[in-house]
Amino acid sequence: MKILVLLKMVPDVVEELEVGPDGTSLDLEFQRLIVSESDDHALEQALILKDRHGGTVTALALDQPDIDDVLFTALAKGVDRAVKVTETDTALTSRSTGTVIAQTLPAVPDLLPVDLIVTGCQAIDDLDGQVAPLVANALGLPYLGLVTGVAAEPDADRATITKEYAGGVRGVFEVPLPALLGLQVAEKPPRYVPVAKVRAAMKSAQIAAVPAAGEPVATRIDVLDMAKPESASHAEMLEGSPEEMAAKLGELLAARGLV
Amino acid sequence: MAQNIWVVAEQWRGQATDATFELLALGRELADGLGTSLETVLFGHGVGDLAGEFGASDTVLAADHPAFAVPTAEAFGAALASLVKERQPRCVLVPLTNVLWDALGILPAELDGPFINFCQDVRVSQGRIEADCLLYGGKMRATVVPTGDGAVFGLASGVRPPDQGRVDRTPTVEAVAPAVPTSLRVQFKDFHEPEAADVDITQQDVLVAVGRGIQTQDNVELAEELATALGGATCASRPVIDQGWLPLARQVGKSGATVKPKLYIAAGISGAPEHTEGMKDAELIIAINTDPEAPIFGVAHYGIVEDATDVLPALTESLAAMKE
Repeated sequence: MKILVLLKMVPDVVEELEVGPDGTSLDLEFQRLIVSESDDHALEQALILKDRHGGTVTALALDQPDIDDVLFTALAKGVDRAVKVTETDTALTSRSTGTVIAQTLPAVPDLLPVDLIVTGCQAIDDLDGQVAPLVANALGLPYLGLVTGVAAEPDADRATITKEYAGGVRGVFEVPLPALLGLQVAEKPPRYVPVAKVRAAMKSAQIAAVPAAGEPVATRIDVLDMAKPESASHAEMLEGSPEEMAAKLGELLAARGLV
Repeated sequence: MAQNIWVVAEQWRGQATDATFELLALGRELADGLGTSLETVLFGHGVGDLAGEFGASDTVLAADHPAFAVPTAEAFGAALASLVKERQPRCVLVPLTNVLWDALGILPAELDGPFINFCQDVRVSQGRIEADCLLYGGKMRATVVPTGDGAVFGLASGVRPPDQGRVDRTPTVEAVAPAVPTSLRVQFKDFHEPEAADVDITQQDVLVAVGRGIQTQDNVELAEELATALGGATCASRPVIDQGWLPLARQVGKSGATVKPKLYIAAGISGAPEHTEGMKDAELIIAINTDPEAPIFGVAHYGIVEDATDVLPALTESLAAMKE
């Protein structure tokens, strides 16, 4: 099975986010980026399928800060080939990212056709679209999002896909290959890879650089203002040591008859 | 050009969902604000009777097709896009739910018009439509306007009270027949129900919920101990469930359960919109998180900026001390 994984970087929201000087976008100057969480699950699902059936996995991403680390980590995890799409605007919207990837894929040597393209079902910055359906449509591939399971025989031309609904319900679909899937969660949590293996990959493996083809599309939206949300209410914050705060909470719960 | 406001109805197993009525309430406001009509798009199979429930709208555009029973990008999404192209509404409001996920997601690929995702509210301002969106896991709000007509808005749950969208009036029903590809590649097979849960978290008075901030599987025990002391149960946000540290039936949020306990302790949960939509109506919410800017503090009643793995055992101990 020949699988392509699309990876994208997003701000690490564990860190403090700041609005940039334009007042309408994030200040990315000092912002740490990480691979989008559901993209990481897509990578894991691709590796699970490779472990199960053999074949090859290619990881492809637009050139963004720290993308080399992400791609070398993917190589250390078992990806066969890593491709970086260069000469792109670093601050592409999701809609443009999907379009640029779709236009560039045919220009990547020895890549298409593949049996399966997997990526995350969404990213936390998907304001104007999601990458997965945009790439699927541009390439004329069937698309399913919120995917939680992929089953296929090694040489099969169809796959059985499990999708997430609310309340723990799963929907089962059948789709011909090639197809494009937006992963919500892999069958298993993304694997851990020791730093030593990543370092080894940096020495032994290479990331292919391919210039972007085509043009980003107009986003057709204007961001008037970006700010940290001011919620209508805010929690009353307790202060003190963990023990002091725990004691206050205990009193609070007792006063409400909850203990 | 028609300038109507559209709401795409979501139905799940033959029932119109709250998400639909929330959007009908919002859509009515927009239509009244712009002096135009509100139309509900009802695509489904054998659910035409639901049209009568959409009295908040002036017209229901109803299409019946076997491929609409379970919405997909290829059938539902493409047909919706073709109807948008044909009728050219001013804007289209779509619930950002798991049921309509694929059909909504394909629209920016099928249509040239604006697409605005993660909307928490949409309003008419100075004659134009603008939206407030929550990005980056709920840590940033963006106010966004489309730069053209035919904008599609993906709306989070809870934009208006659903009852506001339940209007006892009979809308006009117009049958429509948007094009559906003759050979569909994505074939729905069946639904798999979740395994019977050992604990029904929707029936608990007290829930101790853990998120990524709990750090390790062993630390989940700290939440179990507190839950036991409070006579409740544990539950979790997605990252903990995805790690397999608690069973799927314990997931709270968009893809899990919606809970309304008397007490909800959110330990190490940042409060992304996907989680808070499942717990924001709890009677008392206490949040513990190391990040003072975590969005969970916007829905909690009491907050503690601290490592949950320190506070949970301290609280368990203080409860034990109170009982002595």
